[in-house]
Amino acid sequence: MKEETRPCVIPGCFSARRHDDLKEMLDSNKDSLKLEAMKRIVAMIARGKNASDLFPAVVKNVACKNIEVKKLVYVYLVRYAEEQQDLALLSISTFQRGLKVQLISISAFFVKVSTVLKVKKQSYRFIFSHNKTSSFDFSLDPEQKDQLIEVIEKLLADKTTLVAGSVVMAFEEVCPERIDLIHKNYRKLCNLLIDVEEWGQVVIINMLTRYARTQFLNPNINETDSSFLFPCMRLFKSHSIALWFLSELFRAVSLPIEQSHDAALIYTAIRKILICCLTHVHVSCFSEVQYVVLQNVATMTIKRRGMFEPYLKSFYIRSTDPTQIKILKLEVLTNLANETNISTILREFQTYIKSMDKDFVAATIQAIGRCATNIGEVRDTCLNGLVQLLSNRDELVVAESVVVIKKLLQMQPEKHSDIIKHMAKLTDNIQVPMARASILWLIGEYCEHVPKIAPDVLRKMAKSFTNEEDIVKLQIINLAAKLYLTNSKQTKLLTQYVLNLAKYDQNYDIRDRARFIRQLIVPTEKSGALSKYAKKLFLALKPAPVLESPFKDRDHFQLGSLSHLLNAKAGGYQELPDWPEAAPDPSVRNVEVPEWTKCSSREKRKEKKVEKPFYSDSEGESGATESADSGNFSEEEVRKPERKSKQSKSDSESESESESESESSESESEDSEDSEAELKKKKKVVSGGGGSFSVMTWRPALKSYELLHRITGEGLSVEYCFSRQPFIPDANMVAVQVHFTNNSTSDTKSLHMEDVKLQSGMRVKEFPEIELLPAGETATAVMGIDFCDSTQTANFQLCTHTRKFFVSIQPPVGELMRPFFMTENEFKKEQGQLMGMNEITEKLTLDVKCRNEHAIVQKVTTAANLSRVPCGSDKECRFAGRTVTSSSLVLVTVATKDQGAAQLTVNCEKMVIGTMLVKDILLALTQ
Amino acid sequence: MIDSLFLINHSGDIFLEKHWKSVISRSVCDYFFEAKEKAVDPENVAPVLQTPHHYLISIYRDKIFFLSAIQTEVPPLFVIEFLHRVGDTFLDYFGECSETVIKDNVVIVYELLEEMLDNGFPLATESNVLKEMIKPPNILRSVVNTLTGGSNVGNTLPTGQLSNVPWRRAGVKYTNNEAYFDVIEEIDAILDKSGTTVFAEIQGVIEACVRLTGMPDLTLSFMNPRLLDDVSFHPCVRFKRWESERVLSFIPPDGNFTLMSYQVSSQNLVAIPVYVKQNISFLEAGSCGRLDITIGPKQTMGKTVEGLMVTVHMPKAVLTVNLTATQGTHTYDLATKVLVWDIGKLNPQKLPNLRGSLSMQPGAPKPEEYPSLNIDLKIQQLAISGLKVSRLDMYGEKYKPFKGVKYLTKAGKFQVRT
Repeated sequence: MKEETRPCVIPGCFSARRHDDLKEMLDSNKDSLKLEAMKRIVAMIARGKNASDLFPAVVKNVACKNIEVKKLVYVYLVRYAEEQQDLALLSISTFQRGLKVQLISISAFFVKVSTVLKVKKQSYRFIFSHNKTSSFDFSLDPEQKDQLIEVIEKLLADKTTLVAGSVVMAFEEVCPERIDLIHKNYRKLCNLLIDVEEWGQVVIINMLTRYARTQFLNPNINETDSSFLFPCMRLFKSHSIALWFLSELFRAVSLPIEQSHDAALIYTAIRKILICCLTHVHVSCFSEVQYVVLQNVATMTIKRRGMFEPYLKSFYIRSTDPTQIKILKLEVLTNLANETNISTILREFQTYIKSMDKDFVAATIQAIGRCATNIGEVRDTCLNGLVQLLSNRDELVVAESVVVIKKLLQMQPEKHSDIIKHMAKLTDNIQVPMARASILWLIGEYCEHVPKIAPDVLRKMAKSFTNEEDIVKLQIINLAAKLYLTNSKQTKLLTQYVLNLAKYDQNYDIRDRARFIRQLIVPTEKSGALSKYAKKLFLALKPAPVLESPFKDRDHFQLGSLSHLLNAKAGGYQELPDWPEAAPDPSVRNVEVPEWTKCSSREKRKEKKVEKPFYSDSEGESGATESADSGNFSEEEVRKPERKSKQSKSDSESESESESESESSESESEDSEDSEAELKKKKKVVSGGGGSFSVMTWRPALKSYELLHRITGEGLSVEYCFSRQPFIPDANMVAVQVHFTNNSTSDTKSLHMEDVKLQSGMRVKEFPEIELLPAGETATAVMGIDFCDSTQTANFQLCTHTRKFFVSIQPPVGELMRPFFMTENEFKKEQGQLMGMNEITEKLTLDVKCRNEHAIVQKVTTAANLSRVPCGSDKECRFAGRTVTSSSLVLVTVATKDQGAAQLTVNCEKMVIGTMLVKDILLALTQ
Repeated sequence: MIDSLFLINHSGDIFLEKHWKSVISRSVCDYFFEAKEKAVDPENVAPVLQTPHHYLISIYRDKIFFLSAIQTEVPPLFVIEFLHRVGDTFLDYFGECSETVIKDNVVIVYELLEEMLDNGFPLATESNVLKEMIKPPNILRSVVNTLTGGSNVGNTLPTGQLSNVPWRRAGVKYTNNEAYFDVIEEIDAILDKSGTTVFAEIQGVIEACVRLTGMPDLTLSFMNPRLLDDVSFHPCVRFKRWESERVLSFIPPDGNFTLMSYQVSSQNLVAIPVYVKQNISFLEAGSCGRLDITIGPKQTMGKTVEGLMVTVHMPKAVLTVNLTATQGTHTYDLATKVLVWDIGKLNPQKLPNLRGSLSMQPGAPKPEEYPSLNIDLKIQQLAISGLKVSRLDMYGEKYKPFKGVKYLTKAGKFQVRT
């Protein structure tokens, strides 16, 4: 008995008697027997056995009390309901009874079954209300579509992250053309994106990309709605797949981005993507992931070689990689090869040729060939290397080399007649047909370079003609014809012989070719006008082949897609629409802000608990929104002391924040509101027109300076820092972020600036007036100052409704520049042009704490707003930037030597800036 | 999205199939078998195949092929990632992911797949959420179930799925509250013949084992967070705080999870803990060769190198080896031509050495390729990048947890070319 009931004893085929047995068990009263039977049936389904004849017996049990039996019955129904529609429909009432049971997981199953049955669903709301949202079988009648769209519209408005992914998925399946449904939800979706689970993120990003392509202008030409980029920036959290999609996004945004305002932003983003790609190439122990990522990298390297060049070494091949990965890495390395790195790459290739994996060796030889054609300088070196390989013992290697050499020789045959001679000798040994054919073609094509050898080769070939492969036979005929035309005295008989042999060949192609060639080259009275031109026909100058990457034309498919991988359009692949000519009305995305009513902080707190705050914050300000996170914390106070202890970073914001927190909960409760409230808040953070840039993160590395002390300001304290973000209204201005804190007990009104006194040439874009700064509140504003690349002070008056304060802002020299991205080569080139007076060199002894590279980079980038230049040597750190006003290059090199000795070099057209920068960096590095 | 899933064992039997939309005949797998036949190694089967009506995306892990059939455009990484997630879930539920274990638990597997994918779209993939819906099997429960007729199916919808912290289930209780973090770093490196570094990089992960009651909120801070320029986190980590303060702030999932993984880029100098002096040569005449390998410590930061092991894939022509090791044991597998030298602890006073002769197949030509050495090693209590955890704080709960951090450095793909 026990034997009988074990699922694993089910044999391969089922007799009718066995099924009776199962039916009996299903009909019994005992739940345990039913369960056993159902388990056996599910096991049958899993093995792909047909269990459809049990349908009536199974469906009866849908009313069974035991949950597990019930669940298995539903598993069965999902599989077979489509095949047995009529029977299933009969039992629909039983299902519906099942719905009344407050058992959500089961009712979800019910919905699945009924969708399979294409039964009209009355239960959307029920299911959705439980957030067990999922996709349905959407191939429904058109009349139901409208109804479905209605539901989707409703759900799109939902503010929880749990629903977002599924709804967008449903949207994509049911009505992807109804882009108007997205408008109102666009910003919300952007904000939610980071908190959605990874599968949902993929779908949402995909949809948003399409949306951006139809709704925004091409960012290369015009400014984009940067708020779209923001959520993506913030996404670089973890979800690896979603990240992958971003590369497409940024392909859409695309280079050249120098003109774009978002340059710095996009550079960071692209860097992140790169790193992500590379991490995948490396970390992932799963070769499948590597395979897909490398395919995409290979495509990207064709157009954007510069981006990947610094990471060349990441694509070096290990002997333990699977062959398909090796070949893909090779492809990437070949694409990355250029004049500067070719020697390193060739050295790597040399190691690869010694590998045991012969397919890989063959691919390497081809890669060498491609490098040689693309980079003229190394052609001879490569050719010599390949000729050496001709004496390799492995036949495959030799054959591959022959084929590649053939292609290379075609570019300049005159110089290499000795190589051709050498190859002619190989015909005795090489057996691989492709290689033999290549040699024969070469000899025929350049027979005037080897006048003595060519007829001899033909003689040998004529002897072995009958035993050759078809491609070799064709080439023998070809060789014979060419020799006949150039050297008919010696080869006339041989040619005749070969043609006669070919006449009776088994392959019709060869017979055909022989007949055709005979007519063409052997003059008879019948031969037409063509034979006069035979020589021209055969010995025409052939253009050299171009060796191209197989990934060359793949980029019209969306990166990361299946179609891209297969290089063929997959079913359901949608091309990305082009950017629109004129921007559609951006106001459609505006959401009506609900009336903001002030209420007591206690009420607020209650509200906070009811409403689910987003796990991570959903807008850009770090300091203030940090407390949105703390929506999850039950004890706000616990965090505060800890924070204060961390004040060493002296981030002015967090200080003022904690102070403000204690006095009023206004700002904090505001944050925990939904995104619409945050939108409003965004408006409240006054910027000089910088849009979302003003809400960029406040990095801890930024040093803030005091503009107005609390005592002198009578409760109003003002600090400023250089946010190092591009100032959008005017690219020549330095963005200064000003942070106001009202420590007094009364409100401050109409905060604005007046009476700006500047040196000639300097300009200021004032921050908009802050109308009200309530007691205990803080506010942030952004102003722009054009310092004309000098460290002159900007003096102005800061006015409130009661007082005026004289204040001044003096920039450290390091803030007068913005990072500029360049490669090592560009750096060296530019440095070469900035010698002599423009170069300042200083020897120094590094502080004990900053003797490693990392510390140096940190110190220098804190002292000056420069970006790191990738560098091959680990003894040198290089940085580059441009001054904000005149865009002159600023190049900084820190070369370290033993025992903390170092040399600092600054190259800058503006000598004053150079001198001052040297001082500042020296100070930073030696302190 | 994903239409069907087939699980195929090493010898090519389909032992489980599951369909989400309409049923796709298992004959679709024939195209896959064809490709598998062509590739010598199972690793070399192309992950994506095109057939007349379907696209097949497969992964190979634990000696099982997970093959999914799809009909329309879908990002391949998406499917691959999902298939690995399925494999991870099996591992999590049954302790291993093998054919026998899947066959034994076919009902649970089926229920899991039903929950993980809904109409071809991933639904519940968090292990915590799944475990609340479908309880993992254990001996005690199966005994109780047979006695009482209880079930493995949870009868409530998991709370995690509805909350805003879907990775943590509600109502976790422990008598011993503890949080352990393992900082594990792997050195990926390629050294060339002369011992110079061709390429080196450190891949790190922080594995956490957190068993804490309630809803704790943890903050982990580092002594030198700037070292990490390229990180990726478990979804629970608050990214904003990392960006602004360089601390990891998170509500942890219950149990074991990978908190974060990072990479210390190749721009920085990577310390290579050992040096290898090797000399492998094959004589032109006389069908024999010589092998001589010595390993010594290089930059070990004063710690002991343990678990040292050298693996060499010999050329096909090498028949047998006749070697003597001053330390450890060596084995040579005649079928796969793999020489493994298990050294153990590295003693700086007496460097381990392996030398002797290789006998070759008579008459075979001298191999042109030289085998590369794969090194495996372990260093306890050291993170080679210099990363250090400075403190762990807990908020949100009253009790005092037990905390611990462990460091470990391992060799990842550490290869010495010859």
